[in-house]
Amino acid sequence: MDDLFFFIIAKYNYWAAIVLLFIGLFGIIVRNNLMKKIIGMVIFQTAILLFIVSIGVKRGATVPIVKFSLDKQPLLDATAYANPLPHVLILTAIVVGVAVLGVALALLQKIQRVHGTIEEDEILEDMRK
Amino acid sequence: MMDQAPAFMLVVPVFASLVLTLIGPLGHRAAYGLLIIAIAVSLAAALATLVQVVQAGQAVHYRMGDWMPPMGIELVIDHLSAGVLVLISACALLTAIYSMHTARQDNPDRLNHYYALFALLVAGLLGMTATGDVFNLYVLLEISALSSYGLLARGKGKAYYATFRYLVMGTIGASFYLLGVGYIYIMTGSLNMADLAEILSRPELKESVNVRIGFTLIILGVWIKMALFPLHAWLPNAYSRAGTTTACLIAPLMTKVSVYVMLRIMFTVFSADYIFQQIAWSRLVIYLASTAAVLGMITALAQRDLRKMLAYIIVAEIGYLTGGAWLANTAGYTGAVYHILADGLMTLCLFMAVGAIIYRTGESTASAMQGIFQRMPVTAGVFLVAAASVVGIPPTCGFFSKWYLLQGAVQAGAWVFIAALLIAGLVAAVLFFKLLERAFFGRLDDAVTEQGSGKPHAAALKIRMQEAPLTMLLPLVFTGAALFGLGIYTNEVVQYLIRWSVPAGI
Amino acid sequence: MLSAAFYQTAPVIALCASLGAVPLIALSRRHPNLREFWTFAAAALKFSMVLLLAGKVLAGDVVEVTLIQVLPELAIRLRVDAFGIIFALVSSFLWIVAAAYTIGYMRGLSEHAQTRFFTCFALSLCAAIGVAFSGNLLTLYLFYEMLSLSTYPLVAHHQDKEGRGGARKYLTFLLGGSVGLVLPAMIIVFTLGGNLTFADNIHHGIIPPGTGDTLVTCLFFAFLFGFAKNGVMPMHAWLPGAMVAPTPVSALLHAVAVVKVGVFCTTRVMLYVFGIDLMDALNLGIVTAYIVSFTIVTASIIAMTRDNLKSRLAYSTISQLSYIILGVALLTPAAVQGGIIHIANHAFAKITLFFCAGAVYVATRKKNISEMGGLGRVMPFTFGAFALASLSMIGAPPVGGFITKWYLLTGALEAGQMAIILVLLASTMLNIVYFAPVTFQAFFGRSQDEAPGNTGIREAPLLMVVPIVAAALLSLLVGIFPHVMMQFVRMVIS
Repeated sequence: MDDLFFFIIAKYNYWAAIVLLFIGLFGIIVRNNLMKKIIGMVIFQTAILLFIVSIGVKRGATVPIVKFSLDKQPLLDATAYANPLPHVLILTAIVVGVAVLGVALALLQKIQRVHGTIEEDEILEDMRK
Repeated sequence: MMDQAPAFMLVVPVFASLVLTLIGPLGHRAAYGLLIIAIAVSLAAALATLVQVVQAGQAVHYRMGDWMPPMGIELVIDHLSAGVLVLISACALLTAIYSMHTARQDNPDRLNHYYALFALLVAGLLGMTATGDVFNLYVLLEISALSSYGLLARGKGKAYYATFRYLVMGTIGASFYLLGVGYIYIMTGSLNMADLAEILSRPELKESVNVRIGFTLIILGVWIKMALFPLHAWLPNAYSRAGTTTACLIAPLMTKVSVYVMLRIMFTVFSADYIFQQIAWSRLVIYLASTAAVLGMITALAQRDLRKMLAYIIVAEIGYLTGGAWLANTAGYTGAVYHILADGLMTLCLFMAVGAIIYRTGESTASAMQGIFQRMPVTAGVFLVAAASVVGIPPTCGFFSKWYLLQGAVQAGAWVFIAALLIAGLVAAVLFFKLLERAFFGRLDDAVTEQGSGKPHAAALKIRMQEAPLTMLLPLVFTGAALFGLGIYTNEVVQYLIRWSVPAGI
Repeated sequence: MLSAAFYQTAPVIALCASLGAVPLIALSRRHPNLREFWTFAAAALKFSMVLLLAGKVLAGDVVEVTLIQVLPELAIRLRVDAFGIIFALVSSFLWIVAAAYTIGYMRGLSEHAQTRFFTCFALSLCAAIGVAFSGNLLTLYLFYEMLSLSTYPLVAHHQDKEGRGGARKYLTFLLGGSVGLVLPAMIIVFTLGGNLTFADNIHHGIIPPGTGDTLVTCLFFAFLFGFAKNGVMPMHAWLPGAMVAPTPVSALLHAVAVVKVGVFCTTRVMLYVFGIDLMDALNLGIVTAYIVSFTIVTASIIAMTRDNLKSRLAYSTISQLSYIILGVALLTPAAVQGGIIHIANHAFAKITLFFCAGAVYVATRKKNISEMGGLGRVMPFTFGAFALASLSMIGAPPVGGFITKWYLLTGALEAGQMAIILVLLASTMLNIVYFAPVTFQAFFGRSQDEAPGNTGIREAPLLMVVPIVAAALLSLLVGIFPHVMMQFVRMVIS
């Protein structure tokens, strides 16, 4: 039991990401309302971003800005800094995510105008007519 | 100049798309001209790169901003990507020329914005093909996906909902890909493909579960993007409700580039050895591919809407491509790569021909085909060529891709895949035969019923010739000729391009 | 003497003559006479090229041309050898005869879409010559498919329900056979040996030794039934259906080009891909002989029951085609010779018979044998030719069919196959039973019309009668002077 507890606790960031991932997927698959689908989608994306950001973290490390010692020599010990690359990547991915969200919302607006609703079953019924 | 070609190829369409958003007041002619010039430059650059690659016999590396890999992002254009790059820019150029009338019909206002998205999509696809960095690939994947959402949503009406579904599916696919890349990054600490390949070939990583999960997630994401059965549900509606130009641009390219990405991930990032020894999904994937081929074609047969029919044919063709790639032998790989080129042209040709028919008749169901041979003889002739290519009749290129795929399947002993290819080919024959019979003779009650009565063919008298405009006809005829050309020059394509890119170990 | 370079281009010219005529025919659609001139010009050019090549082949040479290297290991190759030249001679010569007849027929009935008709006609002849000159299996397949497609509009010419139904069936069988059976079989052969070029002689095929017997057998039957144009039962069903086409199409294509291409492909594959030795070792020959014997007898029996003349001829064709395959399948020198010479003999006789059926239709609009009583007295040339050609089908001297029967029977004796001899005799009897009454009725039967002289029925137009008589005389000539064609046949054997 303890083993399992530590197994979960030691990698809590992964577990959080996985839980969020499934919440998002649940929203996309189960919800009938398209707005809720979008929310699910965003949660899904965010879970992944969170996961990747969290892998850059190191215990006791500082922000990845090069520090100088007293004799003006740069301290280049990699373990002293958090890995900046995941953050940079995720910054890009966030931008992508925002763009997707924007397009999705715009589409939703159009759907609402054409079909008069954003409930999926009603849209399908409307299209069959 | 020559060594800057890879950069020009990408940068020109991107800048063109920026400029295009601004030149609304100059009118549609300016937008049309700028788009064509930009993509023509791109094509020239792609061709120059191709020549460079073939002459040098090795990949061309271009370091963006002169940052050294693995820190910087590099473009790597090898024999595989050079061919695909030329395919993309050529298809895009043909579509751009073709779009003169249809794009204006579909976008009465803000044509320049439409063309901006067009150029951006082309840039995104070219970037996906040229990049040597897995994260960069993700960003470009999303750039092209975003612009394609925009383009597809210009289709009005039912297109919005279809695009929305595509958007959700596409985002899930891309997210899976990103998650997979995250896993691989945890294990390797690198994002550069060549670097990754080297790190991943270490024995301890080959056994790693995390790498396996990473690979699974990436492939799953790519499969969603390329609409492999059973993840294809988003494709037919999205493609069939788009405007004509959009369909011509997206249908041949998006899925093919995704297949290219699959090949890249499988054979460049991972290795044939890893895929077929460690992962060893070949049997399962070949079953999936066979199902895709057969079901795709049969569903296509059941459609009444012409473009939906073509969209399901794409689903079937994706089955061919996937199967070929997973056959794990040279012939299968050659078939898959060759079929990327062949199917790109075939699909473009079919969508263009159908687009022209819809443009002239205003109908998009199968009944639009009625008497097309009399009304639009050139279009109908090209359609016939494309159909022959899909069915696999020599000397069109479709025959030769089938040749290699079947040969690969025979070598691998994948009898299911052989059967699927043959059945799909026969179903395609039935499908096109039904259309062409109508196109050739018109409806049955129009035809001469009295044998040898001496009466001229009734339908021939009623229907006036009404060929598509020249800007549509020229690209169409060119593509039709290219189907023959590619078929006849199969030897050269295989020898100078595909042979060089066959990965080690298969 | 002509240069070697000329002989290299001659097969290409022969091939392209009709292909080049296609745009010319299509462009001159407003000028029927000009259009017909192109057909004749192309036919004459083609035949003269084939004649020149025949001389070359007779001197013991084989002309080989590589047209396009399509795959690194495979090319579109032409090869003019004795076997191919027999078929090329027959089909290119009969094109000239048929062209004249066709013009008479089409104008006699003022048919619609004549330009399309002549275009497709020229295309299919190109494909037929392509098949004859194919140097490897891939080339053979290419032209085989081209023929299927280019004859489709001809079969569906009338565009009515019957025509389209027949044409649909036609394509279903032909494409189904070629895409479903021949293509995979061809790829398997290629994968086995890495080679599709036909062997140099008929003894050793290109199947590498050591291939599993079961696989070879499967491949063999895939080819036998896949080349559905050969009309071996049960893949024959398209043939009677395709008889809805205008008579010249039935005559040239379904008695000469299409079905002969099927048989030619089958025998080409049997002799030059599998080879006699392999077929003998696996007993494939004798099994095939029994399969086609069944076709011979069954088709003859069905033919007896048909009253429609063209339909009866169609079943007769199915039966006669199997003679050719039977001869080759018996694998003895005499039988193989008999089979191959029957390609020519049957072509001349069957085209005459179809021409006659068309002439009767143009002159009287009659299709059924029971209505033809007494017509021989008003159409003596037509029915005289019919009688002569019937004799060839039956195998009576001095007409060409006799030569075939002679060699086939000798071959069957050599092979010691009594059952096959019985089949041949039975088939001869059946041929008499279903052909003799037609002639008999025409000359001696009572006319249905009151006074045949007064109904205005006259002989068909001159443009039709001349080809009919010419074709009938030809089938007589190949019977009297068999050695002309037999020279080539012997070269195949040696």
